[in-house]
Amino acid sequence: MGAFKKMELAVGVFVALGLAAFFMLAMKVSNIAELGEDKGYKVTARFENIGGLKVRAPVTLAGVRIGRVVGIGLDTHTYEAVVTLSIEPRYDRLPTDSSASILTSGVLGEQYVGLEPGGMDEYLKNGGALKLTQSALVLEKLIGRMLTNAVSGDNPPAKTP
Amino acid sequence: MIDGLRRLGRSTLFWLNRLGRATLFLLRLLSALPTLAKRPSLAIRQLYSVGVLSLPIIAMSGLFVGMVLGLQGYANLVDFGATSSLGRVVALSLARELGPVLAALLYAARAGSALTAEIGLMKTTEQLSAMQMMAVDPFARVYAPRFVAGIIAMPLLAGIFTAVGILGGYFVAVQQLGVDSGAFWSQMQSTVKLFDDVINGVVIKSVVFGWVANWIAVFEGYDAIPTSEGISLATTRTVVNTSLVVLAVDFVLTALFFGV
Repeated sequence: MGAFKKMELAVGVFVALGLAAFFMLAMKVSNIAELGEDKGYKVTARFENIGGLKVRAPVTLAGVRIGRVVGIGLDTHTYEAVVTLSIEPRYDRLPTDSSASILTSGVLGEQYVGLEPGGMDEYLKNGGALKLTQSALVLEKLIGRMLTNAVSGDNPPAKTP
Repeated sequence: MIDGLRRLGRSTLFWLNRLGRATLFLLRLLSALPTLAKRPSLAIRQLYSVGVLSLPIIAMSGLFVGMVLGLQGYANLVDFGATSSLGRVVALSLARELGPVLAALLYAARAGSALTAEIGLMKTTEQLSAMQMMAVDPFARVYAPRFVAGIIAMPLLAGIFTAVGILGGYFVAVQQLGVDSGAFWSQMQSTVKLFDDVINGVVIKSVVFGWVANWIAVFEGYDAIPTSEGISLATTRTVVNTSLVVLAVDFVLTALFFGV
């Protein structure tokens, strides 16, 4: 009977491991919940257009990751995107007039928020807001603008004979 | 010419005959399930031999497959500056295909062959006939517990394979090659969907594969010619047939779940 008890224990461990694997697949791998604890302070930034920015995208300053995007919302009055950034507590000396822009890493890479430090003596605190922002570059708009420029550059002489 | 046709016809009839026997076998197996429910300890004993003992090979293979995916994905994505998509590549390929399929192939080689050999030897040494003499139904006592234990073990093994593989990919990508850990997990979480990828991909696929693999393994043992040569033939057939059927069924399931 002792041997059978041991076998039962091993089977129990096996089933528990399998369930733990599924728990990890559900929680950590798929998008059901976020388990990682978040100790950073929150700062909001308003953008006209955030392009393909996703929650959990990195926030960088001078190329160094200092936090991540924790929330994306829409202000229904101004129709601006409100992005909440969580910044690690050890980077607590960001000037209040720092600017945020949405950048893309590489051609196919994901989009992230890049911060440029400002020159003020006051520093951003929890609940603060970044005033200076630059929206994501949307490729279609960029090409559209280029085409309009090219067309308006060529046509006027032809139109006026 | 006529000889060739005759041989073709004979082998076709042989396979149809076996298919019919396998189906009848499955029905008798299912009808023995209520008896098994009264003695679940039989299935636990089998769960130990097909599940717990398969764990090391499944975990090791999962780790290495995940690490290879991490390395290969990185080597190919680095040209496009898209290494941040590595988490997505590793997780999707493991959850949708590699996890359940490789776990099923390893299971056929590790546990399916053992099932066939064990049952075949029981038949050869007339243990099964002895059981019937004592009015013990071999379906309830021998076949059904192995079949059920295998179906329970398969999704658990596939889940462990997938999870360990993702951790292996994480280890190579983030710890060794310097991919940003936030990008690795966030890209993964933004693409992998719980119902489409984890439930359909890992769970449903591996339950179907477990059904197929154990049905074939137990049936080949039941149907083995009771000689030492017959057992070796049946064991080989288990591994070959299971691999082929699993891959074919995988195509059907992939077309069903992920096809456009």
